[in-house]
Amino acid sequence: MTTVALGSWPGGFAWAFSRDFRLAWRNPGETVLVIAFFVLVASLFPLGVGADMRLLERIGPGVIWVCALLAAFLSLPAMFSSDYMDGSLEQMALSSHPMVGWVSGKIAAHWIMTGLPLTVLSPLLALQYGLEADTLLVLAAALAIGTPVLSLLGAACSALTLGARGGGMLLALLALPLFVPILIFGAGAAQAQASGLSPSPHLSLLAAGLIVAAMGLPGAVCLAIRISLD
Amino acid sequence: MRALEVRDLRCSRGPVTLFRDVSFAVAAGEWLAVRGANGSGKTTLLRCLAGLTQPDCGEVLWEGTVVARDPSAFHEALSYGGHLAGIKDDLTADENLAALVALRGRPVDAQSRRAALSRMGLEKRLHLPARRLSAGQRRRIGLARLAVEAAPLWALDEPLTALDDEGQRLFEHLLAEHLASGGIAVIATHQALAPEPARELRLGS
Repeated sequence: MTTVALGSWPGGFAWAFSRDFRLAWRNPGETVLVIAFFVLVASLFPLGVGADMRLLERIGPGVIWVCALLAAFLSLPAMFSSDYMDGSLEQMALSSHPMVGWVSGKIAAHWIMTGLPLTVLSPLLALQYGLEADTLLVLAAALAIGTPVLSLLGAACSALTLGARGGGMLLALLALPLFVPILIFGAGAAQAQASGLSPSPHLSLLAAGLIVAAMGLPGAVCLAIRISLD
Repeated sequence: MRALEVRDLRCSRGPVTLFRDVSFAVAAGEWLAVRGANGSGKTTLLRCLAGLTQPDCGEVLWEGTVVARDPSAFHEALSYGGHLAGIKDDLTADENLAALVALRGRPVDAQSRRAALSRMGLEKRLHLPARRLSAGQRRRIGLARLAVEAAPLWALDEPLTALDDEGQRLFEHLLAEHLASGGIAVIATHQALAPEPARELRLGS
């Protein structure tokens, strides 16, 4: 018998990250849907509201944030459920790697495939709302800090609703209220910048939220997965 | 000394007690057949054994150590095959095998993966996405995994489902090799297998 531990946190992280990335590459529909939803809805608002530049400028950050939040939410139900349905999750739970490693890898892959493209696209979409250049930057920075929190919170909710009947509905009821603080501080950062105040308190709070979420939530996700596999 | 021991395992699902006072010991080179009618708790027993389901009481000992105290050492020694195979539709047979084996933290080179898949009769299907494989061929990826992982303990739930006669023979060969090398297996199955089980556990009577 070997006595050296074969599993490791980075090993599990790399395993899940590369596998989820490859799966998304093979079947890009999900990722494309999320991005298309974001682009379409964020572009519909200026058309619907009309060409009142002052109004658009005021609602722009909030609308972009709500769109990003809903787009990120769209991808949540599939985060663990496909692995749950085909038995991969059982195999992963029995892996030599610590569970928190591959759970973190999956969350990171989820962010790269949803949060990151949304962040990169947000300044372009925000141009339709006539936001100033520095406001665009603050908006993108807030999204860059806030969307990982959405992935982390979403993973916990997604793992909690695994195997539940009507899981999608439950997931919405569970996840969207939890996203509210991120929305408030995220949109608040850009609004503060637009009205000539410093966005740094909002960004600092978002960053603090990210640190707390990154420390605590992967463990909670592991617990939720264990419960749903039981 | 490799040995698996289960003491006084009891598990209930809601109000129904599936089994109680299940105790057995399996020594190196032996396999235990878990039999019982549908719904008698064979799957639950295997899941309890693997640590996926928490039993109401009782304990599992691997090499004399209570598994709950050191689950990671136990997971390194265990190949668990549930009735869901854990095969991803979008990955090829070879990628699926590589992913399953890499979960053990013991990377296996492409050559031995290919050899195992060829042995299971999948040499022409190595690079086909798993969605294009039949149920039996997917099962064979699971068999190739058992061969490549070479874990000392197998816990298998109906491993013969969807396998044809040749597939069953392949499995029996694998099992015989596994036992000859001092491996232990606990298998829930309705079929009779060629290496005779050292003992049988009958659930739900």
